[in-house]
Amino acid sequence: MSTIVSVKNLYKNFKEIKAVNDLSFSVEQGQIYGFLGQNGAGKSTTIRMLLTLIKPTSGVIEIFGLNLQKHRKEVLRQIGAIIERPDLYKYLTALENLRIFAAMSGVKVSEKKLLDQLAMVGLAERAHSKVKTYSQGMKQRLGIATALVHDPQLVILDEPTNGLDPQGIADVRNLILQLSKEMNKTLLISSHLLSEVELIADSMIIIDKGEKIVEGKVNDLFDPAETIIELKTIDDESMYEKLKQSSLESFVHGKRNDCILLKLHRQQVPDAIKQLVNMDVPILSFHSKHSLEDYFLSLTTGSQHVEALKN
Amino acid sequence: MWKLLKIELFKIFKRPRTYIAFGAIAAIVFLIQIALKYDGKSYIDLLLSNLSGSFEFNDDFKDKLLNGYLICFVILNTLLIQMPLLIALISGDAIAGEANMGTLRLAMTKPISRTEYMLVKFTASFIYTLALLVVMALLALFGSMLIFGTNDMVVLRSEGIEQIKNFDVLWRYFAAFGYAAVALTTVSALAFLLSVFAENSIGPIIATMSIVIVFTILSEMNIPIYDETIKPYLFTSHMVAWKGFFYVKANAEGTTINGSIENLPAVLRSLGILIVYIFVFLGAAIWVFRKKDILT
Repeated sequence: MSTIVSVKNLYKNFKEIKAVNDLSFSVEQGQIYGFLGQNGAGKSTTIRMLLTLIKPTSGVIEIFGLNLQKHRKEVLRQIGAIIERPDLYKYLTALENLRIFAAMSGVKVSEKKLLDQLAMVGLAERAHSKVKTYSQGMKQRLGIATALVHDPQLVILDEPTNGLDPQGIADVRNLILQLSKEMNKTLLISSHLLSEVELIADSMIIIDKGEKIVEGKVNDLFDPAETIIELKTIDDESMYEKLKQSSLESFVHGKRNDCILLKLHRQQVPDAIKQLVNMDVPILSFHSKHSLEDYFLSLTTGSQHVEALKN
Repeated sequence: MWKLLKIELFKIFKRPRTYIAFGAIAAIVFLIQIALKYDGKSYIDLLLSNLSGSFEFNDDFKDKLLNGYLICFVILNTLLIQMPLLIALISGDAIAGEANMGTLRLAMTKPISRTEYMLVKFTASFIYTLALLVVMALLALFGSMLIFGTNDMVVLRSEGIEQIKNFDVLWRYFAAFGYAAVALTTVSALAFLLSVFAENSIGPIIATMSIVIVFTILSEMNIPIYDETIKPYLFTSHMVAWKGFFYVKANAEGTTINGSIENLPAVLRSLGILIVYIFVFLGAAIWVFRKKDILT
């Protein structure tokens, strides 16, 4: 497996602000690589540097083994990207937008192939509609089509599910998986939605204040068997106290949004339910939430956030 | 580069706002032509009123005076002052508009150099400027020639009047339109430069017009200290030099010399200054854009 993106000791300062601070990471061929961080962590700045929109203060970026600054055109020819929002020419049709961005990417694509591309993102029937008549989800899908129109090896998507409804999010997620599994593209996806990245990424990096916090395979970074249970009862206050004095005490993790949080391993869940029933806890809802979010928050903002969650 | 230019022109001419300028020009030209067709004599009387103390003009002369060439001159005098606004609408939008729409960052992730992108954008703005002038020439010059016919052209100057023979006029208009293209390209280059700094097109359009208005006022002010110190360096002082093509030399008897230009070196010097301005504005725009972080 070859390295597609290699970032070494990357810095970007905006006057006094250190937006990216000594960041290094690498993306291997065929991976879906999650780029995680809270808003303002430096994700978009890094992605913009990967796309030559922003000049690094210092550091080395190599893509496809080529130095990005020296081989800008060759590298960009093989990259498709959406940055933050898929902003397109609203007064033009989807087909016209696609044709323009194909030509700007240096490729001549037949009308049929452009329509196929639109069909892939489910927009074939609206190919001749002006983009200003599109919903946010349709624009997002058209943005992905423009990013793919020149058949790039590397696809960079910055917050690809921003502003989408649940169906739109699912569509984009499936499209990303399709690009990876069926078309063997390498994808770098930034998001602050950890649950999204968790579902699709092979590897990921978490950054905070422009610095790498952790990098590795998703499965290695946290215990997938560990789960947070959100328990809703009729009387949370008294039930919370009751649980803290019960045999489940060691699993009580805190309270959040009128829910009692229990931290358990997957195999402990059936037993815990049995005990709750035996204790006559009036359960309204009981569902599992992955611990990645807590893991992420504990990494990026330390105990302050964990305490906030508990409260 | 040609492929990119075609894309830019496609984008410009697909936007409804592009046609505002063409519509505005057509409307003004037709309004002037209609007014002069039905009440041209009153206008001619008004024009000649300053001279009537020393000259006698009969009706035949006045009829001859009201021809397509004079009408075009009147229209050019009126429109070339307003056209910078129409030019700024497109050139001020060139980069700032893309930044505002968010398409600039998408374009800059494509394998196109920033210099190439800027040159293509500027060339597209230049072609738009030329298109406006061609439409204006067709309507104002050829339209007026069709409606009013042609005859000798009389140019009113502060020193008196001069008469240019019918056959000696048309080339002067071609030269004047060519000069106007350079003058308006200077405004286009200024708007283009300001567009690089902004993230929406209103700012550069207003800034361009403000600069043009302030500079024009300074150019027109009769304050001796400005004549040597400021006026020669303002591009607006040189934008009106197209009129020089209609100022002709006269022989000892006071008869105008066909094919002559009274002060060709001054016209050429003004032209040269405008061209220098264009290169300075364009060069600065490219330099700034190459260094710019695209954060929109």
